[in-house]
Amino acid sequence: MYQFITGPLLWLSFSIFFIGCFVHVALYIRGLDFQLDRIAYNTNIVSGVKAALRSIGLWLVPFGTRCWRQNPVYTLIFYLFHVGAVVTPLFLSAHSVILKYRWGIYMPAMPDVVADVLTAGVLVAACGLLLRRMLVPEVRNLTTPRDIGVLFLSVAPFATAFMAYHQIGDVTFWTIAHILSGELFLVAVPFTKLSHIVLFFCSRIQIGMDFGIKRGGVKSSGFPW
Amino acid sequence: MQQGKLCNRIPVETKDKLKEILGDKGGIQYYKEMESLEVDVPALKDLLKRTLKSRLKTWLNSCMRCGLCADSCFLYIANDKDPKQVPSYKIQSTLGELVRRKGEVDTQFMMHCMDVAWAQCTCCNRCTMYCPMGIDTGVMFSYLRGILFSQGFVPWEMKIGSGMHRVYRAQMDITTEDWVDTCEWMEEETEEEWPGLKIPVDKENADIIYTVNAREAKHYPEDLADAAILFHLAGENWTVPSEGWEETSLAMFAGDWEAAKLQVKSVYSAIERLKPKRMVVTECGHAYRATVTEGPYWAGIKSGKPPVDSLHYVEWVAEALRTGKLKIDPAKRIKEPVTFQDSCNYIRNAGLADDARYIMSQIAEDFREMKPNREHNYCCGGGGGLNGIGRYRQERNIGLKVKRDQILETGAKLVISPCHNCWDALRDLEEVYKIGIRWSFLKPILIKMVVVPDHLKLSAE
Ligand code: SF4
Ligand code: SF4
Ligand code: SF4
Repeated sequence: MYQFITGPLLWLSFSIFFIGCFVHVALYIRGLDFQLDRIAYNTNIVSGVKAALRSIGLWLVPFGTRCWRQNPVYTLIFYLFHVGAVVTPLFLSAHSVILKYRWGIYMPAMPDVVADVLTAGVLVAACGLLLRRMLVPEVRNLTTPRDIGVLFLSVAPFATAFMAYHQIGDVTFWTIAHILSGELFLVAVPFTKLSHIVLFFCSRIQIGMDFGIKRGGVKSSGFPW
Repeated sequence: MQQGKLCNRIPVETKDKLKEILGDKGGIQYYKEMESLEVDVPALKDLLKRTLKSRLKTWLNSCMRCGLCADSCFLYIANDKDPKQVPSYKIQSTLGELVRRKGEVDTQFMMHCMDVAWAQCTCCNRCTMYCPMGIDTGVMFSYLRGILFSQGFVPWEMKIGSGMHRVYRAQMDITTEDWVDTCEWMEEETEEEWPGLKIPVDKENADIIYTVNAREAKHYPEDLADAAILFHLAGENWTVPSEGWEETSLAMFAGDWEAAKLQVKSVYSAIERLKPKRMVVTECGHAYRATVTEGPYWAGIKSGKPPVDSLHYVEWVAEALRTGKLKIDPAKRIKEPVTFQDSCNYIRNAGLADDARYIMSQIAEDFREMKPNREHNYCCGGGGGLNGIGRYRQERNIGLKVKRDQILETGAKLVISPCHNCWDALRDLEEVYKIGIRWSFLKPILIKMVVVPDHLKLSAE
């Protein structure tokens, strides 16, 4: 069982994840249309690229944009969630062991305490996001069951990992649940809003180029996001 | 499929049709007919298939429903934070729903979409700046307007406006003759005070081709005279085209992309005919947006640029002040507190905030910024055509509250507004809320304070 879900099934999940993400990006780029989008993607390349990088960069930095600064609490929750969610699985020692053992890929690992803190951070932040969805009227009004579902889907691997690591209850059960929920997450990415893992970059590059090439970027010192 | 006599899927293309629909005062019959206007679902599906590409799809599907865009929308603020006014909600419940239903929608749904697309969004694009995903709800609403127009679900005034462009290549019924007459008339009026002043029509190879807003030609011809005086004082070699002089585009507000294209092409062909070095656009925000920012794409120009370098009026003024072509008499600068209305169309969507600041630093002693300002400024409240639609007067007036409070906070009683739409909104704001403000374009202010070079002075009496 363990062999299977950390072997072929993991392979399959990763394949779906990577191929799905690749297809999303490819379709996105293929669907860009200079006339329909009204952006001359191929002219003013320098200001376009500059604006695209700015558009991603400022939004990745905590409090880098006016929107982040105006919503400090949300921003903290948001970064707590995303930093933990991205960094922990990539640099967890248990993961790097599997990677090395299975496929001979070397990944640097971080100390387990750090991973533990980050995981706890993800869980706390997820609660914050959920509460916000339920309590803030304008957010509640936007929320669909899918949004809640996706949140649970992305938190499940962390919750189960936390249980397993702290040996609360049956470790084998939590470990298996962790692996399966992680795989479910990977598979879900291309088919849900989780595709924003790649589409965030596509969309931000696109709108950056829009403002950089067409809407003032050439005439001003860069868009003040 | 049932269509009305006035309210239908066919754009207005003749003078007779224009007269007919204008005769239906306030669009009473028009809106009545709309209630039984059937949706051409196959055409709608086809349009979606052809035009809903990856950018729009991603915007619709990747909205995280985080609500961060809520506070960015002035209509959300003006309506006491009504969750139904959150940009994401507005677009998801209209265009989003339409796409999810794959175009299988009915009359009632389309009318609802119309009411949201024109009364709940001015396409000011402010929310774009606050969305982590880079979603531009204003652009999506503009796209939705195009869909609605193609199906005939468009406010009465917008249908007329786009018809005007189709018939007259102007947003009003002004013929080439009317326009040339106005130029001559204004030349005569001003010549007396300004000897040697000309309004040169169709002069080839000028340095500047100047294009206007039809309202100036029809209702405020003095604006043309003012522009002429300032060009005269600056020593510019300029001209106006007899045809292709109209910069504005109600067609853009209406979502009539075909008419929008016809309109900008008329300007571009004037440029090709007269071969000026540059174009200067009058003090109008959406005109600049239409003809300089978006127009090249409608016309299919690959570089995305109009045929010649094109300046909004604030760019020209800033340049003239910087180079000393126009000089301000320091004693005549505005003494009282004064603020500036940043127009979304050439500030947020064209990057001219610095030019506006430079001008204010030259003409005013006590310039006060609104908060927020520059690219982050709120819409005046009447953008995207909203000012002109009777059906949504109430919604527009509520929206004006945000600008009212912004102005009150500056303590200024004078608002400089180099944009026709904003200017109108400010006028209506004063009419509705009576806060005791005055508002002005740049030209009349500048004329009062520029230094007249000796050789242009009226010979001493
Ligand atoms: S800020 Fe952007 S992602 Fe968030 S709800 Fe608004 S449109 Fe959607
Ligand atoms: S474009 Fe402007 S009016 Fe429209 S939803 Fe966004 S902020 Fe509101
Ligand atoms: S009317 Fe003025 S403030 Fe309003 S959207 Fe247009 S340019 Fe912006």
